[in-house]
Amino acid sequence: MRDLMALTAQPHVISLAGGLPDVSAFPAELLAKVTAEMAAEAHVRTLQYGPTEGIDDVRAAIVEVMAAENIRHLEVDDILVTTGGQQAIDLVCRTLVDPGDVVIAEAPTYPGAVPCFGSFEADVVQISMDADGMRIDELEATLERLKGEGKRPKFIYTVPTFHNPGGVTMSLPRRKRLVEVAREHELLVVEDNPYGLLRYEGDPLPTLYELDGGEFVIYLGTFSKILAAGLRVGWAVAPGPVFQKLNIGKQAADLCSSSLSQMFVSYYFRTGLWRQQLEVYKELYRRRRDVMLDALAEFFGPEAEWTHPQGGLFLWATLPDYIDTSDLLVRALDEDVAFVPGRGAYLDGRGGSSMRLNFSGVSEDDIREGVRRISKVVHEQIALYGTLTGVPAPARPTPSVDPETVSTEPMADVVELPRRDPDDGRARGSQ
Amino acid sequence: MSHVAVLKGGRSLERQVSLRSGARVEDALHRLGHDVTGVDVRGDLVRQLRELEPDVAFIALHGRDGEDGTIQELLEVLGIPYTGSGPSACARCWDKVLAKHLMCDGGIPTPDFYAFSETAFRELGAAEALPAIEERLAFPIVVKPARGGSALGIKFASSATQVPGALVAAFSYDRKVLLEKHVAGHDLAVSIVDGEALPVVEAVPNDEDFYDFEARYEIGRTTFLCPADLSDADTARAQQLALEAWSLFGCRGFARVDLMRHSETGELSVLEVNAVPGLTDTSLLPQAADEAGIGFDELVARLVQLALPSVTA
Repeated sequence: MRDLMALTAQPHVISLAGGLPDVSAFPAELLAKVTAEMAAEAHVRTLQYGPTEGIDDVRAAIVEVMAAENIRHLEVDDILVTTGGQQAIDLVCRTLVDPGDVVIAEAPTYPGAVPCFGSFEADVVQISMDADGMRIDELEATLERLKGEGKRPKFIYTVPTFHNPGGVTMSLPRRKRLVEVAREHELLVVEDNPYGLLRYEGDPLPTLYELDGGEFVIYLGTFSKILAAGLRVGWAVAPGPVFQKLNIGKQAADLCSSSLSQMFVSYYFRTGLWRQQLEVYKELYRRRRDVMLDALAEFFGPEAEWTHPQGGLFLWATLPDYIDTSDLLVRALDEDVAFVPGRGAYLDGRGGSSMRLNFSGVSEDDIREGVRRISKVVHEQIALYGTLTGVPAPARPTPSVDPETVSTEPMADVVELPRRDPDDGRARGSQ
Repeated sequence: MSHVAVLKGGRSLERQVSLRSGARVEDALHRLGHDVTGVDVRGDLVRQLRELEPDVAFIALHGRDGEDGTIQELLEVLGIPYTGSGPSACARCWDKVLAKHLMCDGGIPTPDFYAFSETAFRELGAAEALPAIEERLAFPIVVKPARGGSALGIKFASSATQVPGALVAAFSYDRKVLLEKHVAGHDLAVSIVDGEALPVVEAVPNDEDFYDFEARYEIGRTTFLCPADLSDADTARAQQLALEAWSLFGCRGFARVDLMRHSETGELSVLEVNAVPGLTDTSLLPQAADEAGIGFDELVARLVQLALPSVTA
């Protein structure tokens, strides 16, 4: 798999596999101006170690971003600055997980969290999603089952808004119920929210943190998608005792995040341009998402289904069960196009017929051409399967995987979604 | 001391493994006092080699281009000596269908098989022959792309309903695939250096049913027994079969022959011959050499020596 992913990074390959924000949309002149001001006015602070919990100016900027997410009561001292959102996930695991502890995640889950869970030897239990996000009924049943086994999860990890890789958003009733369930069971919920401000349609939903008031919810945020990923500045907001432990963990991990990056963020926020820049990104990504959805509607057949993200950077497409997207990627690379095979988002071998497609890091022309090329190899495989079985283009064929590996939950290996409406150009997901 | 160009990486699916093999070889060559240039194989390979003018090329490229004879052919044209087998032996080893036909014709036991191109299914109705094939091979059946290394694209079908999916997967890697009778038993490898068989290695997957691509290269997922737990007679027979295959294919320098030993009948059969075996720290050939008292540096030194004209002439 890693070999395949290395091949996707070659320059002639149209890669819909990446997760990169398009930072070329951040003006070079602005970068130069902010950097110059920072260097002139604060060169010593910029070059020196900072406090573990972060430089106050950047924490103030984070309070401003959180207010934009409608989380309004926070103070600077509530914020722990981290080296990207990824470190926040690592710190949460480092602080809370002992080998063998149960961690609950969505199915599929953020592929970047999988190595974190793995390196702390968590026993990850995945809860399936549909168009409204994590299925809370399944979560409750799972919690009961675990209780019967004498197991108490350490936390529930979720990306409720514009899920990576699922492309779906948790509905308001489910958010409310999740917060209630967390309270009933006194369980921590880790709300990873890198994309919340990148909404292209629909009304914003309250964050889990807002609904819960910060009692059981640990909130993780990042500047990677709203400013620049290369800065590696993220943050965590956590209930008091957890916050202290995260802080100690961070001290052990890297003492403090880069002062240079933090000072850049704080000087950038002084310009007052961050909301304007956010709009630039949103407009860019919204157009690219539309191009991808249009291309999928045009090129992918009725055998495929895909999510309709209202924001974020990704969508999740699922093919007939007999197509293994890890193998398909090999064929796709012959056509110089790449995607992320779905299996990486599961810890139990599921997701074999799904793929994650990114629309933020590639031009509109490349998105369209990339989707066309993928659909070409998909159609080849569907036709071949039809030839082999004597059933041309079956709508939902019999799985050809080992019966022992088949989930007992029939729809748990896909993000279940309404099929494409032929009258509408696009797939309709969680509207 | 010689100027050695280590060819590695490339565009194949086994790029990462190749980079690991190459890096390890480069370290050994440095220790041996050679002048070493690592070459990540790209579009400018010929120009690079013309500029470098190495005394010898060490081929640490796995998969397409490195193992199918392409690079070897280019090096022949450029007049640069290289490690391992020549273009024709590489071509015979690389194409499993050709290799198995050669073995059948040459009297070397290999599991029963049938091979088809994608066009046979698309244009000649080969799908209708599947039930007959399934009956003759009996389940489980192994479905493999004809060309490709490291177990990539290899699937097991334990019933007729699983065959089409396995074929679709295998056709992702190659336009030609083979359906092979599964031999339940021990997974053996005989490495050969300069026509001499090394101790047999047995690969025992730790928990997976099948020795897959990831397991093959990750420490801890496969246990290697070297020497394999075999009787002297079985060891001798495995080595003899491996040497027969080596000779039949016309190999040179080094190679690794993969065999199966049926767990009930004890029958040995040859699966395939690898013309450019892995040289990573988990690879089988270096382990076998080590067991034979040939350390990695010595192994690399011998392979370079074998490639140089004075030895091969």
